[in-house]
Amino acid sequence: MKNSTPLITRRLLGAAAASALVLSLGVAPAWAATPKDTLVVALAFDDIITMDPAEAFEISAGEIMGNTYDRLVRLDVNEPSKLVGDVAKAWTTSADGKTFTFEINPGQKFASGNAVTAEDVAFSLQRAVLLDKAPAFILTQFGFNKANVKDKIKATGPMTVTIETEKSFASSFVLNCLTANVAAIVDKQLVMSKEANGDMGYAWLKTNYAGSGPMKLREWRANEVVTLERNDNHLGDKVPLARVIYRHIKESASQRLQLEKGDIDMARNLTPQDVEALSANKDVKINATPKGSSMYISMNMKNPNFAKPEVREAMKYLIDYAAIGDTLIKHIGVVNQNFLPQGLLGASTVSPYKLDVDKAKALLAKAGLPNGFKVTIDMRTVQPQQGITEAFQQTAKRAGVEIEIIPGDGKQTLTKYRGRTHDMYIGTWGADYWDPHTNADTFARNPDNADDAKAKPLAWRNAWAIPELTKKADAAIMERDTGKRRAMYEDMQADFRKNSPFIMVSQTIEVAAIRANVDGFKIGPTSDTNYMFRVSKR
Amino acid sequence: MKAVGRFLVVIFLTYLGLLAVTFVIGRVIPIDPVLAIVGDHAPEHVVARVREELGLNKPLWQQFGIYLTKVAHGDFGTSVLTTHPVMEDIRHTFPATLELATLGILIGAGFGVPLGVWAAVRRGGLVDQSVRVMGLIGYSVPIFWLGLMALMLFYAKLDWVGGPGRLDVVYEYTLTPVTGILLLDAAMAGQWDAFRNVLSHLILPASLLGYFSLAYISRMTRSFMLNELSQEYVIAARAKGLSETRIIWRHALRNAMVPLVTVITLSYAGLLEGSVLTETVFAWPGLGLYITNSLQNADMNAVLGGTIVVGSIFIGLNLLADLLYRALDPRTRAR
Amino acid sequence: MNASTPMTASKEGLHDWLMSDRPTSRRQAALGRAYGAWRVFARNKLAILGLLIVVLLMLVAIFANVLAPYSPTVGDLRTTRLLPPSSAFWLGTDDQGRDILSRLIHGSRVTLFVVTLVAVLAAPIGLLVGTVAGYAGGMVDAALMRVTDIFLAFPRLILALAFVAALGPGIENAVIAIAITSWPPYARMARAETLTIRQTDYIAAVQLIGASPWRIVFHHIMPLCVSSVIVRVTLDMAGIILTAAGLGFLGLGAQPPMPEWGAMIAAGRQYVLDQWWVAAAPGAAIFLISLAFNLLGDGLRDALDPKGVK
Repeated sequence: MKNSTPLITRRLLGAAAASALVLSLGVAPAWAATPKDTLVVALAFDDIITMDPAEAFEISAGEIMGNTYDRLVRLDVNEPSKLVGDVAKAWTTSADGKTFTFEINPGQKFASGNAVTAEDVAFSLQRAVLLDKAPAFILTQFGFNKANVKDKIKATGPMTVTIETEKSFASSFVLNCLTANVAAIVDKQLVMSKEANGDMGYAWLKTNYAGSGPMKLREWRANEVVTLERNDNHLGDKVPLARVIYRHIKESASQRLQLEKGDIDMARNLTPQDVEALSANKDVKINATPKGSSMYISMNMKNPNFAKPEVREAMKYLIDYAAIGDTLIKHIGVVNQNFLPQGLLGASTVSPYKLDVDKAKALLAKAGLPNGFKVTIDMRTVQPQQGITEAFQQTAKRAGVEIEIIPGDGKQTLTKYRGRTHDMYIGTWGADYWDPHTNADTFARNPDNADDAKAKPLAWRNAWAIPELTKKADAAIMERDTGKRRAMYEDMQADFRKNSPFIMVSQTIEVAAIRANVDGFKIGPTSDTNYMFRVSKR
Repeated sequence: MKAVGRFLVVIFLTYLGLLAVTFVIGRVIPIDPVLAIVGDHAPEHVVARVREELGLNKPLWQQFGIYLTKVAHGDFGTSVLTTHPVMEDIRHTFPATLELATLGILIGAGFGVPLGVWAAVRRGGLVDQSVRVMGLIGYSVPIFWLGLMALMLFYAKLDWVGGPGRLDVVYEYTLTPVTGILLLDAAMAGQWDAFRNVLSHLILPASLLGYFSLAYISRMTRSFMLNELSQEYVIAARAKGLSETRIIWRHALRNAMVPLVTVITLSYAGLLEGSVLTETVFAWPGLGLYITNSLQNADMNAVLGGTIVVGSIFIGLNLLADLLYRALDPRTRAR
Repeated sequence: MNASTPMTASKEGLHDWLMSDRPTSRRQAALGRAYGAWRVFARNKLAILGLLIVVLLMLVAIFANVLAPYSPTVGDLRTTRLLPPSSAFWLGTDDQGRDILSRLIHGSRVTLFVVTLVAVLAAPIGLLVGTVAGYAGGMVDAALMRVTDIFLAFPRLILALAFVAALGPGIENAVIAIAITSWPPYARMARAETLTIRQTDYIAAVQLIGASPWRIVFHHIMPLCVSSVIVRVTLDMAGIILTAAGLGFLGLGAQPPMPEWGAMIAAGRQYVLDQWWVAAAPGAAIFLISLAFNLLGDGLRDALDPKGVK
């Protein structure tokens, strides 16, 4: 068959020429670098579902709140165990420890132009309690409820606010909780003017802004972009940047490529490999800080094997903490075998466990399981959880413990965990506020182990019945002497290390890769202490 | 008239079936929808209260009934994750996917069909084999790998195209989206530098999707063309003295178009569904990411809304394909 | 020539018997057709190559334990993690320190299992639905096509999650889930071809003889559609593996440490830029399987084509 098809060739060449033309049109502009007064940050913020401080509880939302809303007191970023006044100029505690009086700094204004008064402070805190969303417990744990909050938290003068707790808690505990986002100060006049059906502005504030922070929220386009702008009405040092734009980019490699090219100034969701590669880059500097987030593997004591204390202890000897720390979580975590992350009052650095297969075998034999046993673990299919679980699977096998991995998506495995239907679970827990009780409350307290309990902390999820430890945790928040309080937490952690069904693996380190011409950024210990308002670009 | 009526009934039943199945399965999947709203740290009483507010304690058929009633009034519910009405979210994310998929299929079919014809005509030759191998690479290599490699080469090293995202930051607030299809919006506003910028960001992911569909379209074109070229009418046409070119393009390809149209519309529909991996690598806020993210959080209003849209795409494109068959090939018309 | 039994005839005689223009029994005719198809196939060198690769893959799968140099599930984080290809580890090691070559070899079993099972389940269903719809026309066609549309539009992920809830994790359930959502494209294609075929004289002739619709569909229309389905199925092999990898994130797939190729690619995703070999090795293996089945499929297509060269 004679084949001369010049027409095909011609058409193909034509198509090729057309596409070359199209490509040449699309050449990226020479000045892809970002403007000097704008910081562009790549951050995966698909966890944000609201911008209302009374409701926002997610990590990314925390960062936005921390930059846009002021609160009575803040953590000193350089010295997280100290507090500095934010909206409050000074504060005093009554002799019985139940009444806190705050003096509001005069001359502050909201972004709307309204002045910040004691009325706004009282309103904000009352509103959080009245709306009773997920983070409200941070305040209601001090005895506030819908009936009494307007009496217990009130403005006693134009610039004075008093807060009356139901018991005399440790003042450090109360003040630490007031640094949380749920205690952010919102503009009463503005919020109430947007009220609909008596909702205290809830529907409006979900996607809008009513704060007095150094920066204001310009726009939140879900899963695309969040834009902050300098708040000119903020009292205090002028914010160097005019604008901070957060771009939602999920892929670490994509963030890295853009950072290397200078199309973004900061990358926040990098994998250890990408951090490693960027550390060698002259144009990029790395900033890393331990956060209040812990990774752990837990054992459900409903499983009869885990009800035996020797078995629980044996499992703690079947993880190669050191190897994991040096490889799988390098740059993004550090080994920590306690339920309090470093930086919190009372955190312990004691790390008695290391990989010891023989010891584990001996313990298992003592428990009547010399040949090991079979068990499942529910695992999120993300890193580094998956890597750690696979490594654990291998080392546990050496002692005869055969672990079957059940992979699943985040919310999927979480739903199973919350229903106590797991054998083992690998997960993380982040601090809700910067006080040791945030973790003690969930790891070391289990007031009711029944299936229909009113409170379901992590200890409950793993069916760990601990009446004694619960009492100790309750006592620790009432202890007003800081030294004594610290000792109580160290004591609790010693008990926890030995007997708990939790294998504490590591503390998270948050890492940011930043262009070398960006100054003043330091990652803080909590999500709301990643301050952008001190950042500048050269 | 009766035919149209029957047709509409069938379409309605399809949507109903799709919604019912998705709804039921959505309620039995092992993800607690309340989790996405209140988070893992919320106290029990808040969880219980939100569950009640969402109507999750009602029996399944009642929940479905409530949903259908709302849909009948045009209310597809609000997305838990974005706080916006679902249809508004989709009006926002679908144009991004539409832009990408349309350019992708134009590249895929525009190159794929001629390449397939060429491979069929020069069967067994070097062209045939190269098209095969090139196609197979495009089809069997994971798209995230291709995407990242392409980004590394064309964006990071060669600087020929824009990076992840639809636009450079500079244009974020200077280009006002009207239709959501940024190329159109920029052209209508006369902002040609923005147009070039959007194109530079669009070309790489679109080419990737195009390459992916080109692989499949070229193989199928080749197969259909081979079927046609072995028919008697081709021999007869040659005997009559018709030129080879005319035979191939005017006759054989025309006849191969019927199944080929199916293939192309299927590919297009597949692209319009949104490719999660492509959208993740290129930070493209499209329908794929929206539906997947919603599903992972059991945000059923969003999932159902997305399913309706995807369902409409498939039904619509299939009907279009049917119309095209009748136009192209009289043999396919009903007796 | 009388119907002498093949066993007693010589080789030359066997060939002639099979290729005879006038077979004297149905069996002879059927065997003759198969033999003719084989001859066409065997003449196609590339198809033979494809067949050889597939056979090789099956052998590798069967003899995995003997062929793999190391264990596919044991590695050391400290000493053998993420090593580039070398003489000790031909394809390098992964992020748990395991030898990638050994994992590929052992993974061939699972992968081949998944791929062939899905193809064998999905293609016939699609073919059947498509040809019946195309031939029957009218309400049957409309109904079947709308059912097809429902399956096409249905988000695969949701089905996967439902499966996980109902049946639990694992790769066998992944096969069912993928098969259930893979048949629609075959149906649409088969229907399109049926629409053009059903008007031909050839079909009219069979109808005149009085063949029942089912017979027409099964014996006459389906064989003509098989070739394009085969081509599509072979193309889909790679897609099936990658889909299985996608479902693995939801628990419906290979459970670690199973060295299923799709799971290996998914795991290698975060190392694409620096430790490229982790994803490249399984990717190349998938490409090879794709190529082999594609060549094989083309060869089958040519051999089964009733109008093809004999």
